Amino acid sequence: MTYPQILCLIVAIPFMGAGLILLAGKYHNLRDTLSLLVAMVLCGTVYQLIEPLRQGNFTQVTLLEVTPSLSLGLSVEPLGLLFALVASFLWIVTGLYAIGYMRGHHEKNQTRFFACFAIAIGGAMGVSFSSNLFTLFAFYELLTLCTFPLVTHHGTDEAKKAGRIYLGILLATSVGLQLFAIIWTWNLAGTLDFRPNGILAGTASNRVLSILIVLFVFGVGKAAVMPFHRWLPAAMVAPTPVSALLHAVAVVKVGVFTILKVAIYIFGLDTLAQLGSTPWLRWIVAATIILGSLVAFTKDNLKARLAYSTISQLSYIVLAALLANEFAIIGGGMHIAMHAFGKITLFFAAGSVLVASHKTNISDMKGLGRRMPLTFAAFFVGSLSIIGVPPAGGAWSKWFLGLGTIEAGEQGLLAVLMVSSLLSLVYLLEVPIRAFFSSPEPDQEGTGIQEAPWPCLLAMGISGGMTVGLFLFPDFLYEMMTMVFAA
Amino acid sequence: MNAMGLLNYWFVIVLMMIGFYVLIAQGNLVKKIVGLNIFQTSVFVFYISMGKITGATAPILDSDWSVYSNPLPHVLILTAIVVGVATTALGLSLTVRIHEAYGSVEEDEINEMDE
Amino acid sequence: MMNHLPVLQVIIPLLAAPLCVIVRNGQIAGVIAVASSWVSLWMAWKIFQLVQVAGTISYNLGGWLAPVGIEYRIDTLAAFVLILVTLVGAVVTPYAITSVKKEIDESKESLFYAAFLLCLSGLLGIVVTGDIFNVFVFLEISSLSAYALIALGKDRRALIASYQYLIMGSVGATFIVIGIGMLYVMTGSLNMADLAILLPELPSNRIIPVAFAFLTIGVCLKLALFPLHVWLPNAYAYAPSAVTAFIASTATKVAIYMLLRICFTIFGPDFSFVKMQLGAILLPLSVIAIFSMSLVAIFQTNVKRMLAYSSLAQIGYIVLGISLFTNTGLTAGILHLFNHAVIKGSLFMALGCVMYRLNSVDLESMRGLGKKMPLTMGAFLVGGFSLIGVPFTAGFISKWYLIQGALEKGLWPVALLVLMTSLMAVVYIWRVVESVYFSEFGGSDADEITEAPLGLLLPTWALAILCLYFGINGTFTVLAASSAAANLMGVGS
Repeated sequence: MTYPQILCLIVAIPFMGAGLILLAGKYHNLRDTLSLLVAMVLCGTVYQLIEPLRQGNFTQVTLLEVTPSLSLGLSVEPLGLLFALVASFLWIVTGLYAIGYMRGHHEKNQTRFFACFAIAIGGAMGVSFSSNLFTLFAFYELLTLCTFPLVTHHGTDEAKKAGRIYLGILLATSVGLQLFAIIWTWNLAGTLDFRPNGILAGTASNRVLSILIVLFVFGVGKAAVMPFHRWLPAAMVAPTPVSALLHAVAVVKVGVFTILKVAIYIFGLDTLAQLGSTPWLRWIVAATIILGSLVAFTKDNLKARLAYSTISQLSYIVLAALLANEFAIIGGGMHIAMHAFGKITLFFAAGSVLVASHKTNISDMKGLGRRMPLTFAAFFVGSLSIIGVPPAGGAWSKWFLGLGTIEAGEQGLLAVLMVSSLLSLVYLLEVPIRAFFSSPEPDQEGTGIQEAPWPCLLAMGISGGMTVGLFLFPDFLYEMMTMVFAA
Repeated sequence: MNAMGLLNYWFVIVLMMIGFYVLIAQGNLVKKIVGLNIFQTSVFVFYISMGKITGATAPILDSDWSVYSNPLPHVLILTAIVVGVATTALGLSLTVRIHEAYGSVEEDEINEMDE
Repeated sequence: MMNHLPVLQVIIPLLAAPLCVIVRNGQIAGVIAVASSWVSLWMAWKIFQLVQVAGTISYNLGGWLAPVGIEYRIDTLAAFVLILVTLVGAVVTPYAITSVKKEIDESKESLFYAAFLLCLSGLLGIVVTGDIFNVFVFLEISSLSAYALIALGKDRRALIASYQYLIMGSVGATFIVIGIGMLYVMTGSLNMADLAILLPELPSNRIIPVAFAFLTIGVCLKLALFPLHVWLPNAYAYAPSAVTAFIASTATKVAIYMLLRICFTIFGPDFSFVKMQLGAILLPLSVIAIFSMSLVAIFQTNVKRMLAYSSLAQIGYIVLGISLFTNTGLTAGILHLFNHAVIKGSLFMALGCVMYRLNSVDLESMRGLGKKMPLTMGAFLVGGFSLIGVPFTAGFISKWYLIQGALEKGLWPVALLVLMTSLMAVVYIWRVVESVYFSEFGGSDADEITEAPLGLLLPTWALAILCLYFGINGTFTVLAASSAAANLMGVGS
């Protein structure tokens, strides 16, 4: 097979998977096996692209010309490949977890759930390999629409209300601001292709480009920069695997990934660094980092706390894009992976607690660690990564981000990063500390070990292990990110 | 040209305004059609006037005459008159149907019934 | 025979209409209507190809040379609109066969087809003719038959709607006649191409601007531009399903075509847009239309009425494109003229399917219909997404060009407004989607509601697929629209 074909295949596999899942809907075991199998095939196929990329093979393929000036195209570049690898690998893990969770929790409409899930991954693959902004936007919207049934999965009034917030904010920002920015970009540059060093340099005055970057940062609602963050906590009504893969990895990372792509390949780092609005935006994003952490404190519901932690962490990556230097971008790209592995572990643990002991509030988890030691150990490891201390992978990305702030001469932002890390230390570690060191409520004592189903544990083990593994072996991520600049 | 020379056109405007006013102000569906007819008639007069040339005769070749009226506007307006008749017929038949369905041809009464 | 295509295009449906009356049998009349509309589509396609190769076609009716005789003149724009009108006609007539049986008395079926074909031939006539008085005649043929078609609606309010449309439409047509008369007084010609040459040579006077005003206002009444739109919502809402689908997609579009002809071909862009500043009038009106009508659409409970208001907003988009007076803007206008016709056609036809089974298109009665009529609602969803302008649907492409056009002129608030109102479209379409897909079925006769018959579904899906096709491969429409736009902008400059 040629590389363009592999590329098309990667985007097609999840959609074909969705079809297979729908066909096999009645046979639950077959359906779940298929879902796992498709995930593995996808991850394996994405893996095939690494070697050619190392040899400088930036495959590009145009699928169709929508109009003479708009085309649907795919291409491989290091940042996209990195994201695709993370997303497709975590799909396997989440697939495993979802089987345990959905059955353990007796969810309904599982076929629709797995099918939409596969389509969502297809959307993420499309975004990561898109060769121009139009393609990216199309897959971005697909992702928004196909995750709506997942958010409203329970069909309750609460879920519907959350679904409306979800769809409303994401569509409003993407159509109202992002699409506007995209069309404006086309108007200025005459193309929407992602190119090294950008396409906007010198096409318009500093002021116009300054407005444009603001439109992009807020228009990519999936990056959840305040004040357009409300959809993410709202989406937490979804079943935990959805929150784990989509609202900690695929969907939100599509957002920050889009901003990174725009910063690197549309504006170009040099242009971006000189814009009048960039310093302001950095501080707005920094405010999201701090505020997200502070709100996380106030949340007693574990998933809500994790959601606000995600909002805060996402802005690290947006900040990386806005710092617009090599260190920061390396840090931002690595943080996509590091945060993904860390946060998914946390969500897995939260879901396991829900399945095994039906608890959602942190205050109810006193002493639970004695009954679910493995779950809370995983939670602990995940927390370390989010905080950014060894031996978890998050340490590396934060290190580079820190370097990036210094390189950009923004020591104040370095302080913000530090403070936010401290805050996350407190709000995350509170959970395992309560679980392990508080004595349980009298009525819940002593029923021995009561862990979640084994697929959940296995999934947690893998993602937690990877978090540590990425601390020990970050070379691959580093290599990928440096290749962004080699091109 | 003096004002008298344009007398036809003044009449056209007056007729047009009368027709238009009836069309807008009347709530009775039949009277509205009457208004529409007056409105259209003004246009007929307008066309007929503009084909007429002072001192000219009907456009039939004749050795005594060298100046003829322009027949084209008259032909055109013949078409428009036919269209006007068709419109009136359709409008009146609609009014009949409306009367059958509502028992009234007064606009405000009909609107009340549909509320 | 190929030489006579321009006239055959009009003549065939015109002759088929009395044939329908003569046979007096609904079935046979239906077959005649389908056959003649399909032949029309084929001819339109042939003409389009011919125009692509040979440029503007000129046909002298009865062999009399222009400007004395009546000339049929078909350029790219006309050929493009011909395809649109015949395409919608060819899809709606087979649809009508099933839908009319349910909605119209058997005794009137053959008359329905006769009126339908007359309307079709009138619209086609407006497009092909190069003679301005001829435009008026064809306009009245199509309008009179449209009034009759709308009055055939089951609801008694259809009669009132038709009556209102008749009064407004006749006033508009009369305005147009006045304008034509003034032009004739000044130039002595009725041929559009001839007028285009004669008008600029006239010394400056007051009559030409007045004629221009009469013509544009008359046409704007016909195309239902805000604030001359009051006749439209009721007419669309209460007409029979097939009629709504046909008229919504063609009648206003042809009126817009007339506007383009008058402004660009006859008076010339310099006169219309530079001297008369037409753009400065149309732009605010269209902006108000887009915004206010989208807003009104959100609060409708009758889905057909909701789409009627949405049509008014979409007409605003088209006129907005024209008012920008740039190549891109004009391309966007013509493109949306085509795309919106296809989109609205599919939406109204899907609603016709709902009407067929439910006898109602109220939001409340459509609850949970997604499970009962998946194919129908699927087509509605495709059309709805297209209306919003989701990527890979026809609506996206026209909005893309429209926003480009606005940005080119530096009108970024207008560009933003277009996006904002797209979001309003999301709201009104989503209300239907939520009711249809995410609510439980509420009706008592739950078992009786099944998927619409194939005779309705196939045509509906034909247009729905076209919505997608022109969104995925917009090359054909974009090229046609941009060459038509370039043609218009080039004339007279």
